[in-house]
Amino acid sequence: MKSFDTILKECEALSFDLNFTHAKKWKAEKSDRILVGYLPIYVPREIIHAANGLPVGIMGSGDRKQIIKGDAYYQSYICHFPRGIIELALDKNLDNFDGFMFPAICDCVRNLSGMFKLSQKGKFQRYFDYPQNFEPQTGGVFYIQEMEKVMEDMYAINKIKVTDEKLNKAIKLYNKNRKLIEAIYAIRQQYPWRLSAVETYHILRAGIVIPVEEHNEILSQVVEYISNERGEPMDNIRVVVSGSFCEQPPVGLIKSIEMAGCYIVDDDFMLGSRWIQGDINENSNSPLSALSSAYINQSTFSSAYYDVGNPKGKRLVDLAQKRNADGVIFSAASFCDPALLDRPEMQKECDAAGIPHINFQFHENTGQFKVIKEQAGTFSDSIKLWA
Amino acid sequence: MAAPTEAIKEKSMILQKDMLAKQFHDLSKAKELGKKVVYTFVPGNITELILSFDMLPVYPEINALQSGMRKKSASFIKDAEKIGFSEDVCTYVKCDIGMMLNGNIGPTGEKLPSPDLLLLSYTGCFTFLKWFENLERLYPGVPVAMLHTPYQEDGQITKDQIDYMVKQLKEDVIPKMEKVSGKKYDPARLSEMMKNSAKAEDLLVKVLESAKNVPTPIDAYFAGVYYIGPIFTAFRGTTAAVEYYTELWNEVQERMRLGLGPVTPEGEIKEQKFRLVMEGPPNWTNFREFWKIFYDMGAVIVASSYTKVGGVYDLGFRHDPTEPLESLAKYCMGCYTNMNLPQRVGLIEKYVKEYKADGFLINSIKSCNSFSAGQLMIMREIEQRCGVPVGFIESDLVDPRYFSYANIKNRLESYFQMLEQRKIILKRDGIEAG
Repeated sequence: MKSFDTILKECEALSFDLNFTHAKKWKAEKSDRILVGYLPIYVPREIIHAANGLPVGIMGSGDRKQIIKGDAYYQSYICHFPRGIIELALDKNLDNFDGFMFPAICDCVRNLSGMFKLSQKGKFQRYFDYPQNFEPQTGGVFYIQEMEKVMEDMYAINKIKVTDEKLNKAIKLYNKNRKLIEAIYAIRQQYPWRLSAVETYHILRAGIVIPVEEHNEILSQVVEYISNERGEPMDNIRVVVSGSFCEQPPVGLIKSIEMAGCYIVDDDFMLGSRWIQGDINENSNSPLSALSSAYINQSTFSSAYYDVGNPKGKRLVDLAQKRNADGVIFSAASFCDPALLDRPEMQKECDAAGIPHINFQFHENTGQFKVIKEQAGTFSDSIKLWA
Repeated sequence: MAAPTEAIKEKSMILQKDMLAKQFHDLSKAKELGKKVVYTFVPGNITELILSFDMLPVYPEINALQSGMRKKSASFIKDAEKIGFSEDVCTYVKCDIGMMLNGNIGPTGEKLPSPDLLLLSYTGCFTFLKWFENLERLYPGVPVAMLHTPYQEDGQITKDQIDYMVKQLKEDVIPKMEKVSGKKYDPARLSEMMKNSAKAEDLLVKVLESAKNVPTPIDAYFAGVYYIGPIFTAFRGTTAAVEYYTELWNEVQERMRLGLGPVTPEGEIKEQKFRLVMEGPPNWTNFREFWKIFYDMGAVIVASSYTKVGGVYDLGFRHDPTEPLESLAKYCMGCYTNMNLPQRVGLIEKYVKEYKADGFLINSIKSCNSFSAGQLMIMREIEQRCGVPVGFIESDLVDPRYFSYANIKNRLESYFQMLEQRKIILKRDGIEAG
């Protein structure tokens, strides 16, 4: 068993390897393996796994890459995320990827799928439309058709047929993955000092660029390590961070929140890995239906998800209460329409529930955190002193 | 700069103004008349279906753009920002929310009725989804029907997608309309309306394609936004729309016969120096100033993508009375902003070539990612494929803070100078422009 420090260092390195070396090495080991890049938030990775593929999360270039060409593709009022993706594509970081999936989360990501089509990056570029109708016989069927399109794309490349058996096996692996991640969050809820939010972030982000089997092994070890005491409890408040589900905040920002006296007890940074709540049926005769049913009935809340009938403001309050949080920090990327259009309603729900909140905006390459740290620090102090 | 106080208007414009005035008046009296009101969106609207239940549609984007043209949007937007909406987000949404916060007084000064049904026709714009989530909270208890329109991801409309939409219409949208209106769905009535839709669509295409003539009798962007008004909104499927487009087409034919150019607020354009294809919505807060920069320089827009947000009829689609629900589905999916980027580039390329354009210009709108994200790539593609000069300006829909007259004028003047130089060089070298 590796030491905990080694695991953390390896995860950090994997998280920000913008050349995706580990994934490319995995692919090179066998000729029928494929790499499928996907953008935030969620795709059913199980179907890629079952097709002998490795789903690779592309979460942007963050503050690790200077954007030069990407800026020439986007106006100043469009978020930073897609320009980082274009930079990666033009700098050949995404070479060797066989295809790309662009989930239906906003118009920027949607149109980015068209830009990949026009520049013919990868062998397929699939805009992955989520159903916004949640009737199993309507939206559920549509979702299955969307998955089948991707399966056809992959089959055209490696001629590997996705069987029910392979899909059930993949579902089982990802069930385990989600369960282990939730175990980490559960331990952190009680003992947040045992694993910092930055460390948690690295561990989860590493998981989207390596095979799930390897990630499950890492997660098992992490759970084991943090089941024992580690670190020192601090006089921090407990917060939920919301709004960073697509463009990722720089690690410095997460660190600043923590250093300002806040334990981040829940967040939506790597939401795709936690999208489905609970297990998906892993013994189904129709695993695609099982995946579809999970999407319809077990999705978490997010700004990309139509919420009439199940308002996300209330779900955020429920989450904050479940995590015993003292407050909510709304941290959205600048120009992120989904997150920013949701914010007033979510704030209203927090107000109604008596949950204090603050908000700020960031770019993935924000370099100055002083103001954010002061804001989070004041928030923490005000709760500690007067709440 | 001062714009003329009295705009010169075509007869069809006056006709349209009367239609709109009546529409807003009817809306103000809706509750008294016992009419049910449906809030919905322009792209992918299913107006015929709403009208077939004798309900009245309200389009929040139209209210917002009207507020923009009437200089009311700035304060509405600020009011929305005061309750937490970010400066970064869509100004149509903020203008609409601000208007509601201020009593929901419509563009004609009459109060708009509250909705009896919120019909989210989710076509080509993710923000619509967020917008209606907000409306749902502003009008608690009002039923919401969602019609999810799949994106033309593969550049085509598939049978599965049509089935998905028809199923939603049958199982969710129509039952909710029946419940709200108290009337049964009448497919024969819907089909009858679609005959009118198709007639009006035929006429609109003739009007828009008249710009293939050199000189063009119309401006397909600044005047085009008026031409699309009735058919993109509350009148498609009605005899009033057919009458309007018949009148409009007669006017255009007459102008062609007389060899006249487009009518602007200051009269006919005498000299057409530059023929342009335009991408992106216009700015509404300074619409006349914006237009004036063009006609003062002798620039006319011969084709535009914005006039296709409510249907790309020139590609052949017509509402089909023999399959009304399938036809609504195809219509929704066919709208411009629901086309993928390669399709959009292909359409613009076709326009530049078929309309013999001298250049391609983008008005990039800060508020509208559906249009704006990817436009710089569209620009490069068009430049490469068509070999015409391309231009790029930036403004916003209804937020006057993002309309910088001097910047836009400077950029356009430079662009027109470039077009001028190119014409001189092409003429010198004996090459036909466009």
